Amino acid sequence: MLRIEQLHKRYKTGDTALRGVSLTVAPGEIIGLIGPSGAGKSTLIRCVNRLVEPTSGRIFLGDTEVTRLTSNSLRHARRRIGMIFQEYSLVERLTVMENVLSGRLGYTGFWASWFRRFPQTDIKLAFALLERVGLIEQVDKRADALSGGQRQRVGIARALVQEPEFLLIDEPTASLDPKTSRQVMRLLTELCSERRLAAIVNIHDVALAQMFLPRIVGLRAGEIVYDGPSENLSPEVLTTIYGDEDWTQSAARDDNDDLDGHGTHRPPDLEPAAQYP
Amino acid sequence: MTTATQNISPTNGDARRWAPPRLIETNWVRWAVALGVAGYLILAFASINVNWARVFEGMARAGRLFEGFLTPNFTARWSDIQQGMIESLTMTVTATVAGVALAIPFGLGAARNLTPWWIYGICRGVIAVSRALHELIVAIFFVVMFGFGPFAGFLTLCISTIGFLSKLLADDIEEIDPAQVDAIRATGAGFWQVIDFAVASQVLPRLVGLTTYKVDINFRESSVIGIVGAGGIGATLNTALDRYEFDTAAAILLIIIVIVMACEYTSGAIRKRFA
Repeated sequence: MLRIEQLHKRYKTGDTALRGVSLTVAPGEIIGLIGPSGAGKSTLIRCVNRLVEPTSGRIFLGDTEVTRLTSNSLRHARRRIGMIFQEYSLVERLTVMENVLSGRLGYTGFWASWFRRFPQTDIKLAFALLERVGLIEQVDKRADALSGGQRQRVGIARALVQEPEFLLIDEPTASLDPKTSRQVMRLLTELCSERRLAAIVNIHDVALAQMFLPRIVGLRAGEIVYDGPSENLSPEVLTTIYGDEDWTQSAARDDNDDLDGHGTHRPPDLEPAAQYP
Repeated sequence: MTTATQNISPTNGDARRWAPPRLIETNWVRWAVALGVAGYLILAFASINVNWARVFEGMARAGRLFEGFLTPNFTARWSDIQQGMIESLTMTVTATVAGVALAIPFGLGAARNLTPWWIYGICRGVIAVSRALHELIVAIFFVVMFGFGPFAGFLTLCISTIGFLSKLLADDIEEIDPAQVDAIRATGAGFWQVIDFAVASQVLPRLVGLTTYKVDINFRESSVIGIVGAGGIGATLNTALDRYEFDTAAAILLIIIVIVMACEYTSGAIRKRFA
């Protein structure tokens, strides 16, 4: 479904975010991408729909080589890739319905979208999705009037209304409370399996990743250091990905949903963030 | 608990003092700057020539001006006032509409996050030029070019609207939330659809606010540039003052004040509606 070959990304500032990442995602497969902040997780998924331009390497979506496309064909490829963002990235001042329908912009002419006259089939699809994510009551509310969990559901509906073949999901739960996080992850995995969608999910929360995602890819300093089933995420593996930490204690806290930052305390000279910026 | 209390008590004898950091650290430099400023002010005030006899003469005239204010005369020159007002209002509305219509494309072009550097350069250049000269000077130019009358005023206000609005719009666009733009781009939307959904929706309230604000600035400007011959109520006001008809001048000023206040309240209401 998705094939990434030897992807490199070096930002203009000189920071190297990705150093030769190769990854294959099968149809219908959801993978969790974990790694410390700054490991290149966001860069990697943004390269797939070229919100970030990779420096070198190739990306194939099905038979399309995304990395070779020029503006118009790139827009067409982007229609096939839905994206869900950490801070939801809804257009705050537009209504829920407008936000969802904005997922159809790639299929709609400029004037039709300017006058918000979307085809009836699109509107039907949008209503069906809003019903599916449980927001049918909020159709005409402005996005900035919703709670975090509701916003993320709008974000999900916007990505799905594209009828994508592939989903890029960037930290879907980082701004949500533990309970809402689980609900959102459950909704996402259900929707993906209903639609046979393949997806890459960037996720900070290792416990949540293990709970919902069968395959985990660990990224550290722009390189893949682990790729395997989530059951095999042993303390040793986590140390390779994140650096030194007492992982056995955190692992026991699985049900608490908050591994990040509230685990065990170690002297500051052993903090992993200091070693892998 | 007791130790903590002791630690923060002032009797504990902690000798550390704190004062906010100074703007200029070196002592003598700081004093030299202060003395220099004071000396300059004294010399500057000393150099102002005041002709006190002339001031007292003016006092008498000011007295008559204020007297006229207390007895504004709307009727004596009503048809002149009316014509001037209509001209000014027409100038204001047409110049604002045309100015905004031109300011939006220049504003989009001058936003670094939307446009390539050469379009950016051109648009910022146009904005800089249209802001460089004061309205009065621009008005004098246009009066020389196109003759007396409201057309010169219209052009002046157009230029000033472009300068004002496109600069502030561009600065505002440069500060929008890029995540919303990325989200719309990621759907496969085209450039103008991104502008419509992700950019316009973020800057619209500010654009509406600035436009209504510019309407009342333009109205006030229209009464000023009339003095140099660019038509409108300013011309009427100038004539009234030239003829020492302070009561008519007072009537004109009162009408201007009322209209500016009305604009102010209306624009406030509109801004609230669009928040």
